[in-house]
Amino acid sequence: MEQLIKPEIDDDNKEFSEPVLKIQNLFKSFGDNHVLIDFNLELKKGESVVVLGKSGSGKSVMIKCVVGLLQPDKGSVIMFGKNIPELDDEELDRIRAKVGFLFQGNALYDSMTVRENLEFPMRRTWIQFSQEEVKKRVVDTLEDVGLAHTIDMMPAELSGGMRKRIALARTLILRPEIILYDEPTTGLDPITGKEIIELMNEIQKKYNTSSLIISHDMKCVQTASDRVVVLIDGRCYAMGTYEELTKNKDPKVKEFFE
Amino acid sequence: MLTTSTYKKVLHQLNGSFLNEVGGLSHFTARFFKQGFKPRYEVAEFVRQCFVIGYKSLPLIGLTSFILGLVLTMQLRPSMVSYGVESQLPAIVGIAVIREIGPVITALIFAGKIGSSIGAELGSMKVTEQIDAMEVSGTNPFKYLVVTRVLAATLMLPILVLLGDSISLFGSWIGINIRGATSFQLYWTQVFDNLAFTDVLPAFFKSFFFGFAVGIIGCFKGYNSSKGTEGVGISANSAVVVSSIVIFILDLLAVQVTDALGLN
Repeated sequence: MEQLIKPEIDDDNKEFSEPVLKIQNLFKSFGDNHVLIDFNLELKKGESVVVLGKSGSGKSVMIKCVVGLLQPDKGSVIMFGKNIPELDDEELDRIRAKVGFLFQGNALYDSMTVRENLEFPMRRTWIQFSQEEVKKRVVDTLEDVGLAHTIDMMPAELSGGMRKRIALARTLILRPEIILYDEPTTGLDPITGKEIIELMNEIQKKYNTSSLIISHDMKCVQTASDRVVVLIDGRCYAMGTYEELTKNKDPKVKEFFE
Repeated sequence: MLTTSTYKKVLHQLNGSFLNEVGGLSHFTARFFKQGFKPRYEVAEFVRQCFVIGYKSLPLIGLTSFILGLVLTMQLRPSMVSYGVESQLPAIVGIAVIREIGPVITALIFAGKIGSSIGAELGSMKVTEQIDAMEVSGTNPFKYLVVTRVLAATLMLPILVLLGDSISLFGSWIGINIRGATSFQLYWTQVFDNLAFTDVLPAFFKSFFFGFAVGIIGCFKGYNSSKGTEGVGISANSAVVVSSIVIFILDLLAVQVTDALGLN
């Protein structure tokens, strides 16, 4: 029996009062494979929501629909008041400048140095930056992730944890209002994974970003979430804070928190 | 042993995958023409690709062209001597190299070097989500990656063919001078006296089509690479195989067209 636990959001808490992302009745199929079935989610300003689910449960598909990399079959993704699936390329680019996306495999450009990787979004966005601004922001952002010394290195010369930090720096370079994290700790050892989660939390505080994190790493869920959404069989199966969900008696939810 | 139904099934699958491939490539080519000539123009990346695709291919094309001209001359010489037309060697080599051998061999080497590199590079970018990252960064990856590479390949191959032809003929002059003595000036005079514009122009124009084919097929294979490292290898490999076949098909069409126009 499916059970939807409605989150209790404190309306007096102004920090979380303004929704920046609303996913409503989202459906996505690949042939006969129904990946997302009537998925709903709301992300408020400054909030950090973790979408928890098993591999193949549709988490990555959902996050790609949010950023417009995939077109949903049905439903809406309202970000900053605009419905993403209905936007043309120009409008989408304007919205994307306010959204950072940390890819599971980092997706650093192999043929570019760290500096060029970070400069790339600044040079490509519709927002105009002067040469000095670009240089300064690259250095500042690398300092934020503690890797200023790698500026002229190639991605291949970096360790897995360093690559993740550089990818995070690239995500941050346009100072986004929302950051989407696709499995940020996958493939990292527990210590590096913990450092990345701490860095994510620091960044959220420093830049007051909202975060939508996709993960099946319970350490990440516990330390990085204000709210957790459990995604099972393409549906939003349960929702609540980490503490609330640990007390949930539903066997499918319990499976994650045991 | 295959039964009739299994045979039909296999044939149906092969037909399906072949038609899918042709359909996909046609759609990809149409997308190139639809998006390629609209702003925003990726001029800096196009110039970079011209350098990578053109300039960096020159040593390989130059070396193979030189050897081709030299070997062709040395292989032809005994027959020419036996027919008593040794003095026509520069003219024969010149026509053979400029009309056919130069453009086709250069295009095949170009397909091997550039087709595979584009297929592997884009395939690896696709598999590691770099193309998605580019899109999220507000860049149209099709324009940035595909249009620039296809245009650079289309423009650079004819230039490489012209340079390759010249180097081949220089190799041929060396080949002639191994057994005889022909001055550099006399050799080139003999070559150009026997060449007409109808020899040079069709060969030059068809190399634009060869370049376009190598670029678009390499990009199509890489851009549609399936997941995983195996997919990258398959993309690179099939980019070379398909480009090479298409070069021969285009060559066949070109000779029919020039014949119909009375240029042969």
